[in-house]
Amino acid sequence: MNNKLQKQLLKRSKAAKLERLGKTVSFLALMLITVTVFAIIIFVASKGLSTFFSNHVNVIDFLTGKDWNPNVTNSKGQPEVGVLPMISGSFVVTVLSAILATPFAIGTAIFMTEISPHRGAKILQPVIELLVGIPSVVYGFIGLTVVVPAVRSIFGGSGFGILAGTFVLFVMILPTVTSMSVDALRSVPRYYREAALALGATQWQTIYKVVLRAATPGMLTAIVFGMARAFGEALAVQMVIGNAALLPHSLVSPASTLTSVLTTGIGNTVMGSLQNNALWSLALVLLVMSLIFNLVIRLIGRKGAMSK
Amino acid sequence: MQKKRWIECLLLVGLIILGGWAYQTRQINKANMTITAVGSTALQPLVEAAGEDYATHHLGTFINVQGGGSGTGLSQVQEGAVDIGNADVFAEEQKGIKVGRLQDHRVAVVGITPIVNRSTGVNHLTTNQLIKIFTGQVHNWAQVGGRDQKIVILNRAQGSGTRTTFERFGLKNHRSIAAQEQDSSGMVRQIVATTPGSISYVGFSYVDKTVQAIRLNGVEPTNQNVADNSWPIWSYEHMYTGLKPQPLAQKFIKYVQSKEIQNSLVRRLGYISMADMKVTRDGQGRVQEVEASHE
Amino acid sequence: MSPKTSNQIAISMLYVIASTIVVILAALLGYIIISGLPAISWHFLTSPARAFTSGGGVGIQLFNSFYLLILTMLISFPIALGAGIYLNEYAKQNWVTALVRSAIEILSSLPSVVVGLFGFLIFVVQFGFGFSILSGAFALTFFNLPLLTRSIEEALAAVPDAQREGGLALGLSKWETVLHIIVPAALPAILTGVILSAGRIFGEAAALIFTAGQSAPALNFTDWNPFNMASPLNPMRPAETLAVHIWKINSEGIMPDAKAISSGASAVLVISVLGFNLLARFVGHRLFKRLTAG
Repeated sequence: MNNKLQKQLLKRSKAAKLERLGKTVSFLALMLITVTVFAIIIFVASKGLSTFFSNHVNVIDFLTGKDWNPNVTNSKGQPEVGVLPMISGSFVVTVLSAILATPFAIGTAIFMTEISPHRGAKILQPVIELLVGIPSVVYGFIGLTVVVPAVRSIFGGSGFGILAGTFVLFVMILPTVTSMSVDALRSVPRYYREAALALGATQWQTIYKVVLRAATPGMLTAIVFGMARAFGEALAVQMVIGNAALLPHSLVSPASTLTSVLTTGIGNTVMGSLQNNALWSLALVLLVMSLIFNLVIRLIGRKGAMSK
Repeated sequence: MQKKRWIECLLLVGLIILGGWAYQTRQINKANMTITAVGSTALQPLVEAAGEDYATHHLGTFINVQGGGSGTGLSQVQEGAVDIGNADVFAEEQKGIKVGRLQDHRVAVVGITPIVNRSTGVNHLTTNQLIKIFTGQVHNWAQVGGRDQKIVILNRAQGSGTRTTFERFGLKNHRSIAAQEQDSSGMVRQIVATTPGSISYVGFSYVDKTVQAIRLNGVEPTNQNVADNSWPIWSYEHMYTGLKPQPLAQKFIKYVQSKEIQNSLVRRLGYISMADMKVTRDGQGRVQEVEASHE
Repeated sequence: MSPKTSNQIAISMLYVIASTIVVILAALLGYIIISGLPAISWHFLTSPARAFTSGGGVGIQLFNSFYLLILTMLISFPIALGAGIYLNEYAKQNWVTALVRSAIEILSSLPSVVVGLFGFLIFVVQFGFGFSILSGAFALTFFNLPLLTRSIEEALAAVPDAQREGGLALGLSKWETVLHIIVPAALPAILTGVILSAGRIFGEAAALIFTAGQSAPALNFTDWNPFNMASPLNPMRPAETLAVHIWKINSEGIMPDAKAISSGASAVLVISVLGFNLLARFVGHRLFKRLTAG
């Protein structure tokens, strides 16, 4: 009798078994994602690094060179693979569009959560979710038929360039940043607001001094994701930025981004050749740059976040 | 709870039986009755249409045609991952390809012409002027007999077949300066049509009313002029296979080269039929008159 | 300036911003739908595409888009849900977790063409799936997982801790609490994440060109045996989706009515996303009510 009871007590209960099972399954899911993520990163890195190891391109020349003609060798007998124009193009377009989109996205998110939650949920949210589903090609096409001529007639030049790219990306990343900011604001506990209002703060003071501060990390993530999308966007940007491997000297002169050169070139090169490896190096540069973005934003986030 | 389990089990068993039955009654499709062709997006419509035709005449076969670009097509056929690699360039012109391991099958000819925006007021150029424009020695249309307007150059992506052909035969091996690039004919035409002062180049079949085709050294860009090489900017469309191609791949390529397809589909899609060509050209650019009959 | 005036100014600024956004977005959607609507007809929605003559439709592409979306969601949602649960409920807040999070965020900046090529080399060539819906679904899963995982995690984090404490106090295990209390409570937010990523899948082209392919062989809509080549349900057939079709028409299309087809297809795409959106919302609402008994 005693023995039986002991056995029964020491045996894992059904709930405990389920608990272990659930924990293992969800852990495995996370591991699966982690493994695929690292597989892709390693894949890109190994292909991208072979430009330097098997084709012996100098890393410094690669990063500071201004000419991109992988088919041609220069006076030193090295292929002309300078990525400075693309790096600066990508960087400028991404930062500009994030700067442009952030106030709009956060403003809209505040409006949707704090000021008019009802209208926010009824009108704004569905519209924003709808926008995510518009394919890049369509964004690019509208950019080509509406934004480029507008830029050409207002700011001069051929219309193709960083400015047109910025406008298109602004609209493209807006839904991502807005909807993620909304999530961040919604996860601020209600009693924060109640406490601030009870202390006599106005609505704006509550939003600005309490809610926004508490939601800072979440909103920074939203901006990082928006920038990541802008950074990785290819088809739409490629159609309006002009795709010229030139250092951008003004906002309306044709420029190029890492992704636009990568996407236009990848089908025309042969796997394993220098031309192809150089394109993978672009993808690697892209990864490293978004890593840097990520770290910087996280650092800012740590400083700006309210200590819990 | 117990009852629910039971129903779930029954459903599962039912699903498995259904799946097994479906598997048993499937149409048998032998592995060697399917081939895959990958590569040039420009050639894709032709091969796709010919493939559909072929499949309706030879039941049970399936020709899977995909794009991805000439480079992808050549590298994948070289790796043996696909049966046919479609390309708009000679394998010799593509870096990183071992020519000895591939077999060339030419299926059509495409002529390429410079196009300009209609506002430039230019409809003819000499080769010399063309070279000067694309190498950046001339910046204004007025310098080549047009209106006072800045020249905007639009290139195809580096390594694309159209650009390779254009630089080789249109610019006499001069390299274009760094300028805007696009990677598809449709996009190039659209941009040239809407951007004042722009110049680019496309295959004949993409020329329409929205853009102005250019007469080069007094020669019109027409199929007849390509056929006798008086219009020099043209290239072959190739279907590459390995040295020992699948029988179906061989038969299919023969079919594409046959009179039936050459006289109907090839022409309707805006290509120049192989049968019409009075000259041939090899990978080194040597031109030869065709004797007697073609193949 | 008194707090009251600044409050007034700030709030009206927010109104201005929100209405600007609405105007921009409405103009964009209006442009797409109005320019595409004339092309849409029953014939357009049901007939197959034509390569070089006018009068083609987008029937097969439309079906492929939905089928691919469903397959991708079937694969990626359980994984993302599990990973989201682990990250939010079980993972310790240390550098390993931070590393995993950063890696996931970085992945979402990779251009989709890279994901597509990776999928091509792994699934199409290595695993021998060929150009097929299955390859496409796996590639899209890669592409979809970071964002979906992230939004599920955020959704779970937004559920107040009181709910967890309540569950545990009732004697439920942590897993049961998560499954029966936290996930149902977070359902509306999870649903938003799903809709967002579904939209992205629907509109994705570059990752599919190399995996699901860009040709749409004729389908036999009376044959529902998934093992037959012409069956719409066969996951091993190449399948061009609507977004890929739009891309293809714009880049190399030589049919005379290319422009009309492209804008018509764009409008169909937007309307489908809208329909999907409404449906998901409706189902989610019903589900939320049933699960939370609220």
